[in-house]
Amino acid sequence: MRYLTDRKRAAGLGSAKSGTEHHWHMMISSVALVGLVPLFVFTFGRALGMGYEDALAYYARPFPAIVGILTLLVGFYHFKGGVQVLIEDYVHGFARKALIIGMTCLSYAAAAVGVFAIVRIAL
Amino acid sequence: MADVNRGDRPLSPHLQIYRPQWTSVTSIFVRITGNALLISALLAIWWLAALARGPEAYAVANGVLTSWFGDLVMFLSVGGIWYHLLGGVRHLIWDSGHMLDVNRSEMFGQGMVIVSVLLTIFTVIVL
Repeated sequence: MRYLTDRKRAAGLGSAKSGTEHHWHMMISSVALVGLVPLFVFTFGRALGMGYEDALAYYARPFPAIVGILTLLVGFYHFKGGVQVLIEDYVHGFARKALIIGMTCLSYAAAAVGVFAIVRIAL
Repeated sequence: MADVNRGDRPLSPHLQIYRPQWTSVTSIFVRITGNALLISALLAIWWLAALARGPEAYAVANGVLTSWFGDLVMFLSVGGIWYHLLGGVRHLIWDSGHMLDVNRSEMFGQGMVIVSVLLTIFTVIVL
């Protein structure tokens, strides 16, 4: 170790070593969500509060159903990446890994439940 | 003597050192809203799953989400989602190399707050 200079010891350990792909995926999903989120807010918001039959008929239509499925899939993909950065900033050691794995599983599970529900309503 | 200063290096100043600024506070709220939207998303999924399940389950989920407390949560969710969306647009603009100077960054932060409030009021009126 004493033969290494400070410069050499620090080389390759910086924040620029990895993370480009993570950032790029957050960019792609955020661009998609800029379009999807307003559509979801105004379709889901319209259906919320309807009677059972009306809500069922509304979410059986292609447009609200497809907007809902896409928003849940892309939204939870985006959330998975965002919450990972949050955890990496504040939690360390084993708890960090456990929380990232847990939130990743929760993201996919929540998206699956939502998509299954919409598919079941629409078909 | 490669490690003469190990463990004794100056740290960069952190949150408690700086006066709150439009850029830092709006950025912190982008993080808070983005992560808090998990609750809103799970409530929306609960509503959709209840609708798929049947009239009894739907009556419960729809009743909770349209109660005064549900209305409050949905109102905050709408505000949070518009604010977070504008924060994301700000990141996309920054990433393309625009509006990076202090004045325009601060202006964008103030604009985000104003526009998200207006969009929230608009959404509440329309829906």
